[in-house]
This record gives sequence, structure tokens and C-alpha cells, in this order.
Amino acid sequence: MSLRVVSPGFYTSVQDSGRFGFQRFGVPVSGPMDAFAFDAANRLAVNPPGTAAIEFAAAGPELRTEVDCLVALAGVGFALEVDGVAFPAWMAVRAPGGALLRVVAIDGGGWGYLALAGGIHTPPVMGSRATYTRAGFGGLDGRLLQPGDVLPSLPARDAARFAGRMLLPEFRPAYSTAPVVRVVLGPHEEAFTPAGIEAFIGSAYTLTRTADRMGYRLEGAPIQHRAGADILSDGIALGSVQVPGSGQPIVMMSDHQTTGGYTQIGVVARADLPLLAQCQPGVSQVRFRAVTPDEARQAYIMQQAALERGIWQPLEDTAAFAHG
Amino acid sequence: MGAGDVPRMRVCGESAVSVQFGDQIDPRVNARVHRLVAALRDAAWDGFGEAIPAYTTLLVQFDPLRWSTDEVTNRLERLLMDLDDVPGQESGRLVEIPVVYGGAAGPDLEALAAAHGLTLDEVVALHALPEYRVYMIGFTPGFPYMGGLDDRIATPRRATPRTTIPAGSVGIAGAQTGIYPLESPGGWQIIGRTRLVLFDPQRDPPSLLAPGDRVRFVPIKGAA
Repeated sequence: MSLRVVSPGFYTSVQDSGRFGFQRFGVPVSGPMDAFAFDAANRLAVNPPGTAAIEFAAAGPELRTEVDCLVALAGVGFALEVDGVAFPAWMAVRAPGGALLRVVAIDGGGWGYLALAGGIHTPPVMGSRATYTRAGFGGLDGRLLQPGDVLPSLPARDAARFAGRMLLPEFRPAYSTAPVVRVVLGPHEEAFTPAGIEAFIGSAYTLTRTADRMGYRLEGAPIQHRAGADILSDGIALGSVQVPGSGQPIVMMSDHQTTGGYTQIGVVARADLPLLAQCQPGVSQVRFRAVTPDEARQAYIMQQAALERGIWQPLEDTAAFAHG
Repeated sequence: MGAGDVPRMRVCGESAVSVQFGDQIDPRVNARVHRLVAALRDAAWDGFGEAIPAYTTLLVQFDPLRWSTDEVTNRLERLLMDLDDVPGQESGRLVEIPVVYGGAAGPDLEALAAAHGLTLDEVVALHALPEYRVYMIGFTPGFPYMGGLDDRIATPRRATPRTTIPAGSVGIAGAQTGIYPLESPGGWQIIGRTRLVLFDPQRDPPSLLAPGDRVRFVPIKGAA
């Protein structure tokens, strides 16, 4: 069982939930930019959490199936065509052998995920299939996908009966081009003037075009330091908001370096990282809202529960079960 | 903050807490960072993830579905109470690194020697003499930040960083020395090169050096 890449789309790579256990050696975690959409795609495709899937940005791939399979698309601004028949995102779809899967961008594609029941089985590197292109490992030869690539999978024979499963809209994050993103202030809150902190949580920042898997540079009211932007290098958490001397914030995304020497004014709540990840460079206006660590934690717990409860299963499934 | 002070806890979002032991590059402070690494490993608490050691801090990551930042902070405080009784990693492994100094392997050696009024041999001798401490690994996979450089050859970064530095290049930045494990851009003063592979994703562990290791450079002759 495999998928053949007909056309890769843009910035298309294999990602699993990330490469854990090697940050002390300077190895970034990588993994999906929008962890919610990635998790949803795997759930819809009846895969275990964290199974490797295909990630792309702005323009989706075209892929050829080998045998009958179940696929699920999730993300913002994409739809799936199976041999020319269109299906929405956030839905499990059955595709026959030899079918052409086209992920098409509709009104400005952000990050999208295509999960295949059975997963993508490229060789793991340091225990993970996540692609890290900067150092050239993980996924398929440590690089973005190219036409003609073959992505191996494991057979998932009974999966087709799950076709039609959906993640209902009210259980998805409130994606927007002007999102309000919750942030926990710190760890270096005291490095900024009160006016600097007020600017950060009181005004809108535009996502610049310097936005990739490593970091998102934002532009807006400058955030003033008390006495300099540099600190002794220390470890960086996913979603940290670094503020270099320019006063313009940079949010650390999935491929972020493990250590850094700039002051960090806050850390984006994990539940809202998908909202930030799906922003459009040059267009989206982001506002930050300060919350406590417990509020950020509760938001994440509720989001994980939504993923659990939000999947709707068509009745035909029961019938398929009844007939064996 | 000095080596004996009470560590400071900082919340880094809902999923990490940073423990800060000091604010200066100091082997005693860094030794405490590594004692906490060892204590956390021994505790093996469920739902605790990776910890990233740096010069004076340890970033402790955990599963927010399992723990709140208050619970983690409390646990860390209890662990810190007994920290100085935990046998630490004050003397990590000693790793010897053969280096070809100067020439094409070390394009900044001559200018660096001239800037300090030293001969090339003096710079090499001063660089190869001390035993360095790997304070942390960061920037790129396997890049060791090492302290213990002789003041007489401490040199600021290049005003204009190079776009490409070959893998294995040994450099100086301020009072630190380091090695580029992968070809990458960078601004350190390059004085030599090693043939050792600092980082190999297929190796276990992938990084030649670990935080807390001791390093000595051994000058060798020949082309890099």
C-alpha cells in the first residue's frame, strides 16, 4: 500500500506529532504547525494519535492511490477532490485504488493535513517521522516531497467503513484572519517596560511574510525593553514570543531552535497555536490576550475533549457493522 | 545571582517551567543545572517530558493534561531542597577533539592572532590548553557552547556573519568556543576544523557531545 505524489503542492512534507527526547542535543521537535487539524485528520482516518500524515501550505498536493483506502483532510482553506468529486475538509473519505486525490485551495489555504488510514511509513529518524528540512532528516530523505515520490503505508483493511465521519464545525477552533490569541505572560516579563507590555496585549500585530515552520515574525507597535533585548541563551518553549532589539515579536513555531538569546515576553496558549499557525502572511491581524497558566491549561483540556466528542459518525456505519 | 542562591522559577506557558540558578556563565551554576537534570531523571515522574539545560537554566517541559504549573513548581521546589545532596555530573566524560588549525581550515586565525598581538602558534597553544565545559547544546543540532576560553584569545563575533561555514569548523565568539556540526551560516571566528562528526541523525545518541561533557582540543597537522 502506498501513495504516489503526482504534484507536491507547496511546502509539502511528512509530519508526525514530533521528535521528542533530543532537544538537549539541539534537535527541534518539528511536527505539525496546526496540531489540532493534524490530530483531527488522524482521528477521522482512525489512526492512533501522532501517526505520520502529509502537511502542506497554501497549495495542496495531488496524489495517486494504489488500492482502496480511507483518507481525511483537515485544516483551513482546502477541499478534497477524489477523481473529480469534491468533499469538504474535516471528513473521512473513501478513495478507490488508482484514484487521483487533489487537495484544492479554497479562499486562501493555510496549513492542511491529509491523513491516510494506516499512516505514512517512511523510516523513523531518532524515533520520529517528522521532516526537519534545515538539517535534512526525517520524513522522506529529510526534504519536501517531489513529483514521483512514493509514500509507503500499512494496509488498513476495515477502514473504509468509517467513510463519512466528520468533525462537526462547532468543535473546531475559531480560525479567523483576525484572531484573538491567548498568551501567558513571561518568562521575561520584567525585561519590558509597562508601556511595552501594554503595546503587546493592547494592539494588533500583522503577520509578516517572514513566516515559516521555524517562526512567525509579527509587525506592529514596538515592544519596549527596560534594558536590552539580549539574555544568556536558554531553552525555548513552543509558542514563545521572542522580542529582539527591534521590538517586533517573533513567535517560535514547530521547527523552532531549542535555545535562544532573546527576551521572551510571553508564551502562546497551546490551544490557540492553531489560530496563529493558520494566519495568512501579509494579511492577518493578531491580537494577544493575557491569561493565567491555569486558564491556558483549561482551554487546552477543553480543546482535547472537543476533539473527542466532536466526531459525528454516519448511521450507515452501524448498518455496515450489522452486515458484518 | 550567584552559585549558591535560591533558584528562581519562571512559568513558560501552560506546558513548561524554567528553573534559573544564576545569571552568569559559571561552572558551579551550570553544575547545579545538571544536578537537577539528574534528579529529574531519577524521579522519572509520569507526564514529565524533556528538560533543556542551558548556561544557568533548565527548561522543564510537561504534559498540561496531566499537571498544572503550580503542581510542577511545587514538585520542583521539593526536588531542589535536596539537590545539593544528589551526586551530580561535575565531571562529565572527557572528549578529545583533533583539530587542524589555520589555513583553509581556520580562515580567521591570522586576523585573530594579529588582533591580540600573538603568533599563530601561541593562539593554537592557548586554545588547546584548557579543558572546556559543554554548557549547553543549541543553535543547530549538536552545536556545543563551551566555556573556559583563555581571556587572551576571547574575540567578538565577526561583524558580518559568513553565509556558509563548513561542518566541523571550530570557532570563537566572545569568551566561548564552539564547533559547527552541520554546514550553516554563522558569525563565529573560525580558527580550525575537526574531521570528527559532531552530529549524525542515524547514530545513537546522535550528538557526539552532551551537555556537561568536558572537551580538550588536540592540534594535528594536515589538510582539514
